[in-house]
Amino acid sequence: MSFTRRQVFGLTIGAAAFVAAGSRVSFAATDQTEEAIKAFTGGAEPKKGTVSLDTPEIAENGNTVPVGVSVDSPMTADNYVESVLILADGNPNPAVATFHFTAMSGAAEAKTRIRLAKTQNVIAVAKMNDGSSFIDSKEVKVTIGGCGG
Amino acid sequence: MAEPKPRVKVPKKAAAGEVITIKTLISHPMESGQRKDKQGNLIPRQIINKFTCEFNGQVVFSCDMDPAVSANPYMEFSAKVNEPGTFKFTWVDDDGSVYETEKKITVE
Amino acid sequence: MANRTKRIATMFAAMMVGTSASLAGGPVDDKLVIDGELEINTRVPAPEGHPFDELISGWHYRTPETRDLEADSFQNPGMLYVERGEEIWNTVDGAAGKSCASCHEDAETFLKGLGASYPKWNEEAGKPFNIELQINQCREQNMQAEPYKFDADDQKALTTYIKHQSLGMPMHVDLSEGEMQDWWEKGKELYYTRTGQLNLACATCHENYNGNYIRADHLSQGNVNGFPTYRLKQSAMVSLHNRFRGCIRDTRAAFPPAFSDDLMALEVYVTWRGTGLDIETPAVRQ
Repeated sequence: MSFTRRQVFGLTIGAAAFVAAGSRVSFAATDQTEEAIKAFTGGAEPKKGTVSLDTPEIAENGNTVPVGVSVDSPMTADNYVESVLILADGNPNPAVATFHFTAMSGAAEAKTRIRLAKTQNVIAVAKMNDGSSFIDSKEVKVTIGGCGG
Repeated sequence: MAEPKPRVKVPKKAAAGEVITIKTLISHPMESGQRKDKQGNLIPRQIINKFTCEFNGQVVFSCDMDPAVSANPYMEFSAKVNEPGTFKFTWVDDDGSVYETEKKITVE
Repeated sequence: MANRTKRIATMFAAMMVGTSASLAGGPVDDKLVIDGELEINTRVPAPEGHPFDELISGWHYRTPETRDLEADSFQNPGMLYVERGEEIWNTVDGAAGKSCASCHEDAETFLKGLGASYPKWNEEAGKPFNIELQINQCREQNMQAEPYKFDADDQKALTTYIKHQSLGMPMHVDLSEGEMQDWWEKGKELYYTRTGQLNLACATCHENYNGNYIRADHLSQGNVNGFPTYRLKQSAMVSLHNRFRGCIRDTRAAFPPAFSDDLMALEVYVTWRGTGLDIETPAVRQ
């Protein structure tokens, strides 16, 4: 058992007002996430590797979290990444965005900014033109701000 | 904010076959449909749900967006440029509005 | 349980004796260079009579991702409001058929450094004016237009545009004009006055505890050189008086109206506390 920042802070400033709502409704999105992945890959289990997610370890605010994805692919007319599905498994709805690439993309890379309701896993699933699929997942800790946050 | 306004950053020129980076940003609240107003009523969802980048009429990159994309959506991606031409960028709003902008590129 | 209590006590002691620099919530050592071209002075020596030796912009208290967002003028969402503000500057409004640009023809020259010198003494009003009040006076007297309501989107966009024209220029408030010194004194008194159910003064957090954590967040010196600021939380521009009111609300006190004498005095004093820090508008914060 260990203390939390919240407890430590409670001691230092002693202000009950800063204590966040202790119990939050947790969203049962895991099944939804599984389903979304299956629907995207056509039922296939995606393999690890080839796709990589770039996310911050800690997000200062869940409203704007930078997320980047890149897939190792030559991106030629007969060997390219068709699309990449981005999911957030702790959001009320796990769907975030789907990137669609073509051979004209040159590289299968994209960046955007997303909303995360709480600390959770961000998941990227890449679908190649030959039907194979790959997955990466990163946990992002979403902090609860102080007065300014 | 007033009417959503797109911003796009594309290099002015590229070498033939070069893979360039394109950055786009558009002002839009991306109302998620999850928030409530002061009276406790759900604020209806209104987001940009589709972004497309074309080059000389061919799709380079597109993105389907869900309400989990942040307000003022930002999109960064690559494009391989083999010839001079025009990039066309299109954002489609839930209400059917379409916001567009174009950028030319020369190839040396 | 006993072990846990002991650990908490140890941590508590460590926090109380720690200096701000030695704590994880302190400022990071980094340089703000916008688009790789314009270096912003985010750490400067404090003016005479200041309680600190060094003034540090809130930028240093943010995560690498948030700092990067401000350093890239394309990615910075606040720049959308700068562009909108420029449109407003050039748009005719009101019965006189004028825009800002009708009187101030050469905006680039006229606005350069202007935002860095506010709040300023306004003789006619007999009080300090910030950019928002100055815009409203122009709208009423010269444009015969309705003054903006507090935090109207157009007010925030136009203020952001005007302040942005001083990007990278040091903030300086002229206390020698009119009764500015008296307003400074009044602002100082407010800064150190504990208020609200939580009994906190501005100084409690931003002078005594800056560099420490407040929940999972970092307490900065509370400098105002980046306002209006793009806040990730609101995903929009936040004005200085909105931030003042938010801070006071969080102490659980009744908060004064925007542009009231209290908040104008506070703006004069807090702006002085950041003397020499470069304007960052639109800064990006959490």
